[in-house]
Amino acid sequence: MTTMSMIKGLNEGLRRVLEDQPKSLVMGEDVGRLGGVFRVTDGLQKDFGADRIIDTPLAESGIIGTAIGLAMRGYRPICEIQFDGFVYPAFDQLVSQLAKIPNRSGGRVRLPVVVRIPYGGGIGAIEHHSESPEAYFAHTAGLKVVTCSNPADAYWMIQQAAAGDDPVVFFEPKRRYHAKGEVDTENPGLGLYRARTLREGRTATLIAYGPTVDVAENAAKAAAEEGLDLEVVDLRSLSPIDWEPLFASVRKTGRAVVVHEAPGNVGIGAEVAARLTEECFYSLEAPVLRVTGYDVPYPASRLEDDYLPNLDRVLDAVDRSLEH
Amino acid sequence: MGDTQRPAKKAAKSRPKPASTNEPQFVQLLSPEGGRVKHPDYDIDLTDEEYRGLYRDLVITRELDAQGTALQRQGQLGLWPSLLGQEAAQIGSGRALKPQDTVFPAYRELGVQWCRGIDLISAFALFRGTDLGGRDTVADRFNMYAIVIASQTLHAAGYAMGVAMDGAVGTEDGEAVIVYHGDGATSEGDFNEALVWAGVFNSPLVFFCQNNQYAISETNARQFRLPPYRRAEGFGVPGIFVDGNDVLATYAVTRDALDRARRGEGPSLIEAYTYRMQPHTTSDDATRYRDEAELDFWRAKDPIVRYRKWLAAEGLADEAYFAEIDTEAGEQVRALRARVMALTDPEVTEMFDNVYAEMPAGIAAQRAEAVELQASLEDGSDPR
Repeated sequence: MTTMSMIKGLNEGLRRVLEDQPKSLVMGEDVGRLGGVFRVTDGLQKDFGADRIIDTPLAESGIIGTAIGLAMRGYRPICEIQFDGFVYPAFDQLVSQLAKIPNRSGGRVRLPVVVRIPYGGGIGAIEHHSESPEAYFAHTAGLKVVTCSNPADAYWMIQQAAAGDDPVVFFEPKRRYHAKGEVDTENPGLGLYRARTLREGRTATLIAYGPTVDVAENAAKAAAEEGLDLEVVDLRSLSPIDWEPLFASVRKTGRAVVVHEAPGNVGIGAEVAARLTEECFYSLEAPVLRVTGYDVPYPASRLEDDYLPNLDRVLDAVDRSLEH
Repeated sequence: MGDTQRPAKKAAKSRPKPASTNEPQFVQLLSPEGGRVKHPDYDIDLTDEEYRGLYRDLVITRELDAQGTALQRQGQLGLWPSLLGQEAAQIGSGRALKPQDTVFPAYRELGVQWCRGIDLISAFALFRGTDLGGRDTVADRFNMYAIVIASQTLHAAGYAMGVAMDGAVGTEDGEAVIVYHGDGATSEGDFNEALVWAGVFNSPLVFFCQNNQYAISETNARQFRLPPYRRAEGFGVPGIFVDGNDVLATYAVTRDALDRARRGEGPSLIEAYTYRMQPHTTSDDATRYRDEAELDFWRAKDPIVRYRKWLAAEGLADEAYFAEIDTEAGEQVRALRARVMALTDPEVTEMFDNVYAEMPAGIAAQRAEAVELQASLEDGSDPR
């Protein structure tokens, strides 16, 4: 066991990918000489060379589009989109090209491309630097979408994403980048597309992912002091979603609250609520509730504490669930 | 649009005005009347057999393409994007390729596909809707048709980067990559990003712009103020302007650009000035935006007529040869037509099976559901 930050976990994970996979590449804006604006790729260019850690032109569609071409040539690109709000220029290349080319080819062409995106708010950033665009990509067949919530998952999930032959959009909760945690660098534990139950409980199930996992865990701790026994599940994979642990949990607790930063409207939480209702209808004691960002553009940073799901809003939702 | 300040380069000296009734100045080795034209920088020296082969390619491609239109009219294809008028641009550039080169087409490149010796049925299956045009594009070195305009230019730029990273350039036998796009594509961001990429990474990539004058209904005047071959210079990429209806000229300039790419001398952009004789696709009505006089102007520049005249005048081919090619084209058309008609609907499982390398459980469940539903409809039972 080693203690490290999420940034270090990602950096070490990438390092292992680059060592094990001679065809793997890291490409993006400022990922080489600078080591990335968050330093996730720090030192990689020095150790693996400028041909494998590629500073690209400042053009997101170009990053994804050329990664597709490189993958067609046999390379395994790991792209960095510098910030969540900058991914949209690459939308066609992600949604109509990367996601669909393998299927169009009848499975003959595989595109093992990983797209890393630091996402979410809570760091006092300016506009376009705090967004949660995961639902767009989870909605697109052909892409897989995952997100880590702690350094150990960061370390292993980036390696697992890079090892597969499907395109993976890899969301990194930037406000958790510097949080430290224990990492077992010998044992990968859980598979990439599996949900993890972080805390067992019988009163209600909190379902979270990425940056809100920490919020849910803190809420569960606070609730415990009030005698409420909350279960916490970290989705980890947003597409596909690992449903069985969710169904099992809700059949046990009868109540669920989904927590995410992205706006609630047509978000991941809506899909989770719909599926839980379809599959666990007779176990539910209350409607599945959602605690999410509001259905407005991400606000100016001085308002972000009011926008983001926090401990109070989560506990309020649990109370509302229990009132049923 | 004077071009007097440009340094002497292997490119044309001036530019036609947007109206297509002006005579453009470009690299031309064969006049519309079929006369051989000398050019200071470009020449061509093929064997008699190769010269005849270009004619065969032009004629067969035209006939197979016409069959695409016919099949659509007969309800056998959902759509057909005709290449009529663009045969010389496609055959000249397609035949300039070496076996190791890789092609990224747009969606009208039946002639290039023919030159690469790749079964044309994939194009017809795509437009019949029996599949999505899938092939082993890596083995074929000819990618799938790209429907989203200019999207393929970035794939080509990335692939060409990979070619250079593999050390497959730098010699006369190096690999080169060519990407086909139209005049409309030059307005897309992806095209311009691809030029940035190819330029800064000095990639072995040739952009082959078939300027067929139309992006559906919109003319060049709505796509650019400076023509693509001149814009390329702004990216540090040599631009070459060529008569796209002259198969010898398109061959010569493409061979030259590909050879520079394979030697490691970087990207080029070729603008082949041609004309789309048919509507954009079978769904389009071109009479709403262009007139018969314009079509007549371009009919007089037909790529096959001039080439046939030249072959005959040079004694490279005679009427018997032309008749033989017509017969072969007819046979090719009949064979292809029969194969297109025989393309059957895919299994319902087809839509599920190739989305992912590793199929998620949710899709597997939906697949089973669709199979069960179909079976129940076929045998009349209710799945529930």
